[in-house]
Amino acid sequence: METQYMIKARNMVKKFGRFKANDHLTFQVRKGEIFGFLGANGAGKTTAIRILCGLSAPTSGEIEVAGYDVYRQTEKIKRSIGYMSQKFSLYEDLTVKENFRFYGGIYGLSRKRIRERTSYLLEKLNFTHAINKKISEIPLGWKQKLAFSIAIIHEPGIVFLDEPTSGVDPITRRQFWEMIYEAASGEVTVFVTTHYMDEAEYCTRVSIMEQGRIEAMDTPANLKERFQGETMNEVFVQIAR
Amino acid sequence: MATVVVDNIKKRYGDITALKQTSFEVEKGTLFGVIGPDGAGKTTMFRILATLLIPDSGKALIDDQDVVEDFLEVRKITGYMPGTFSLYEDLTVEENLEFFATIFDTTIQAHYHLIRDIYRQIEPFKDRLAGKLSGGMKQKLALSCALIHKPHILILDEPTTGVDAVSRQEFWDMLIKLKNRGITILVSTPYMDEAGLCDRVALIQGGGIMKIDTPDGVLRDFPHRIWAVKAAEPYRLLQDLRKYKGLAKIYPFGDSMHITSQSNKLVTDDLYEHLKSRGHSGIEIVESSPTIEDCFMDLMQQ
Repeated sequence: METQYMIKARNMVKKFGRFKANDHLTFQVRKGEIFGFLGANGAGKTTAIRILCGLSAPTSGEIEVAGYDVYRQTEKIKRSIGYMSQKFSLYEDLTVKENFRFYGGIYGLSRKRIRERTSYLLEKLNFTHAINKKISEIPLGWKQKLAFSIAIIHEPGIVFLDEPTSGVDPITRRQFWEMIYEAASGEVTVFVTTHYMDEAEYCTRVSIMEQGRIEAMDTPANLKERFQGETMNEVFVQIAR
Repeated sequence: MATVVVDNIKKRYGDITALKQTSFEVEKGTLFGVIGPDGAGKTTMFRILATLLIPDSGKALIDDQDVVEDFLEVRKITGYMPGTFSLYEDLTVEENLEFFATIFDTTIQAHYHLIRDIYRQIEPFKDRLAGKLSGGMKQKLALSCALIHKPHILILDEPTTGVDAVSRQEFWDMLIKLKNRGITILVSTPYMDEAGLCDRVALIQGGGIMKIDTPDGVLRDFPHRIWAVKAAEPYRLLQDLRKYKGLAKIYPFGDSMHITSQSNKLVTDDLYEHLKSRGHSGIEIVESSPTIEDCFMDLMQQ
């Protein structure tokens, strides 16, 4: 079977004045992968994510996300991706159902489709009983899982998780990753950033950025072998220092 | 001698108990870490100690000064760095530092030696607006501002949250240098791996401290034996470990799974066969030592 790519980036450049925030990034993300996008603060990750989400035009390079061009088809890209971060997720004073409806509506799903997706995703989470609960009454672990489910309500080809587990307790963090694994073994492609280096180990492949460039990109096992590190933390420190 | 004494402090916001009855002490010249996730009560506790919030009950002293009654005295001897960047974004780097020096009735020159190592790294950008700094530079400026009046104690609320692994290490190097100059440091973090850099730690969750000890003491008290299990396909490994009878807890830890057993014993050959018969390759099972994170998760469930 031919490999399908959810992201194809070739020589992606973004300049701010003379400063190159993204300096010729070339990488692909395959369908079904969990792709870890790592790098030090200020390395250019956020700039790259903004381009890939259709929020900012690159200076040059050929980039496709979910089959659409980042210069001319940004609206199509926005409809074809999901996004979740620890900072921006659910409306606390709306119920679970209302949050699904709100986000489904934003993505232009029909009422019927929203109902179908809501019950499908809640059943998968085993959380149907809480459909009328307010988000503010729900424990953090569940909020995280709901936020992820809502990020994929419109069945995006790829979902961007921007530090999804930042500040989350260690048990919830692990439950969340298990859910990502489950989703990825279906057909969702995951693009994730994190500062927890143990989470980098859970990715199919990882790229590490430093000063606007991708300095290394491979499976965690291969990176550890190449940089002779016991853990991804050791690999990261070697590259980013 | 204790620089910080927290005695049965309690704080509620309406129906929510942010901080259950809490007591601890921090010895002079030590680095005390408060380790826990969002919502654990770290910020509430630190805001009380920084005299920005009044507790519902209980008492807290810094250098024998009460944080409520003697709050003006406490502010003179305390440097506080809040979790969100709280400097003036429309002032330059140097103006911010000068501002903080002036309100504490001192000058940048008077205590420059204290901030030199840190401030020197951002001094080339001293004319830049604070709002235009990168995350790492903002953090260094905030620490410089918290230090400029030569406090006895530094209270740092999650200074490394959202900071990459390399910059985190650099920040901790700075803290240890400050500690060696005799400053008492109280620092909070959600990163369990930073616990090992503290003299003592409080593990906190849901508004209550679960344990206070040295990092080694916390590890020593972990009541179970622990094994690390590896195989080529981690997700499938997790599922197949769950099918193995007699295991107590199974948690992913980087590229391996940490498991404990109900009987505190494990026949590793038998587990090996179980995994092999399910088609796993690259199986490794070794007895291992707990990390602070293992201890934290165990305490969370007690």
